[in-house]
Amino acid sequence: MIKDITIGQFFPGKSIVHRLDPRMKIILTGIYIVLLFLAKSIFALLVGIIFMIGAFIISQIPIRLMLKSIKPIVPIIIFTAVLNLFFITTGELLFQFWIIKITTDGVKTSVFMVVRIICLIIGTSLLTYTTSPIALTDAIERILSPLKKIRVPVHELSMMMTIALRFIPTLIEETDKIMSAQKARGADMETGSLIKRAKALIPILIPLFVSAFRRAEELAMAMECRCYHGGEGRTRLKQLCTAPRDFAALFVTALFLIGVIIINRIFS
Amino acid sequence: MIKISIIKTENLTYVYGEKTPFEHTAVDNVSIDIDEGEFVGVIGHTGSGKSTLIQHFNGLLKATSGRIFIDNEELLWEDKKKLREMRFKVGLVFQYPEYQLFEETVYKDISFGPKNMGLDDDEIDRRIKETARLVGLDESILEKSPFELSGGQKRRVAIAGVMAMEPKVLILDEPTAGLDPKGRDRILGQIKEYHEEKKNTVMLVSHSMEDVAKNATKILVMNNSKLFCYDTPVNVFKRAEELEGMGLSVPQVTRVFNRLKAMGLPFNDDVYTVEYAKKIIMKMLDKQK
Repeated sequence: MIKDITIGQFFPGKSIVHRLDPRMKIILTGIYIVLLFLAKSIFALLVGIIFMIGAFIISQIPIRLMLKSIKPIVPIIIFTAVLNLFFITTGELLFQFWIIKITTDGVKTSVFMVVRIICLIIGTSLLTYTTSPIALTDAIERILSPLKKIRVPVHELSMMMTIALRFIPTLIEETDKIMSAQKARGADMETGSLIKRAKALIPILIPLFVSAFRRAEELAMAMECRCYHGGEGRTRLKQLCTAPRDFAALFVTALFLIGVIIINRIFS
Repeated sequence: MIKISIIKTENLTYVYGEKTPFEHTAVDNVSIDIDEGEFVGVIGHTGSGKSTLIQHFNGLLKATSGRIFIDNEELLWEDKKKLREMRFKVGLVFQYPEYQLFEETVYKDISFGPKNMGLDDDEIDRRIKETARLVGLDESILEKSPFELSGGQKRRVAIAGVMAMEPKVLILDEPTAGLDPKGRDRILGQIKEYHEEKKNTVMLVSHSMEDVAKNATKILVMNNSKLFCYDTPVNVFKRAEELEGMGLSVPQVTRVFNRLKAMGLPFNDDVYTVEYAKKIIMKMLDKQK
């Protein structure tokens, strides 16, 4: 159960999408989000879907993973669909029961919203599937580096993010171990009332906190031993550099964006 | 003496990450029958599946296929309540158990297991005092926070926490890892004492052949996810060459005696403890006089 959490869901590969500059990928994802929100009709959204599926095919990420990324947001999708279905009362009446009215507009909007959310999640998860967390935080640091001028500690923030990401799997493993150990001592986490279950978490959380602090201390010590002193004057092992393919990708994405704008014009 | 089976497995198989690219069989078709009251040493190189195997015995892992019987009752995963009761029969001490301590005082931490069993306070108190004595913890330590103790003390508190549940089988996964020789001998001595006093079954997972040879009445050897053998120490250490072939060693004395035998001295291959080696050397010297 605990292994289903997909953070740091990087799926290694050698496709062109993997090899794009991570900064460019973040920008492209931004454009993609704009594109989805500009789309006013289901036809315009279709352009977004084509773009997303195309990107997935090029990246050679299995479809199974694509569907897996939607799983955690299913409740939100259902909530959105229900909300739109019941609260939009314009358009032709399809069905009425007590105070519930379902209209054609309601159906249209809820389908539209659901498709949009699914596109949003799948499209953006492509970024995390094809970019390693380290590359991602590196890129964020570079994109935000102008903020250094107004004394925002960009390097420190991105270092914290990198470390946090790095330790998620470690902590998950640790949690698993502690859970097994406490279960072996008869801890019961699966039955009982909510309060009882919350209390059952104490024997897991305390050892977890203790070990997280211990790890933090050890890591800080190890970093200092290797003369880490913050971002100033620090050079990089991996230099980020843009290649022609990055601009080609930008060009293609821009074309899709223009496509959406044109379709919006036609159907408005 | 009538032998009563306490843990029995039939064709136990466990596959990690089934139907993913990372699929890996950790325990492959293991059938074993362990009698009550044995002191079983479990050995095998890293990744041989010994840790995975022992986690099946108290229902922490669900076997991919095969059956497990604890105390002549089949361990079934479907009945969660029953599973929990079974867990009280088989106490499992994990590697580095000191990381599971969480209570304010040592006393409370040891009482966690017995409390979960639903015992009354007097019984819990009796068990805490008894196990504290067994693992050599002073009564004054019981009121201290477990986080103030030294590494060795913490480890003994954690072991006491499982012992206090008085399981029919006590399984310890490398209880001496990361301790100095003195701490190691101390813990092993206490485990042996526990075994002798309680007459319960003990399983000890270890890398050290010496530790296993000194204490075990039976040895279980795992190799590449498969059961290599389950036999008495004499019979296991007889297969010194095979053991060395799989990256394990026999106790140093056994190696010395095997070499002496190869050099033509009249020894049997049943020497695996220093005490016994001393005895037969003395005997031989006496004869020569």
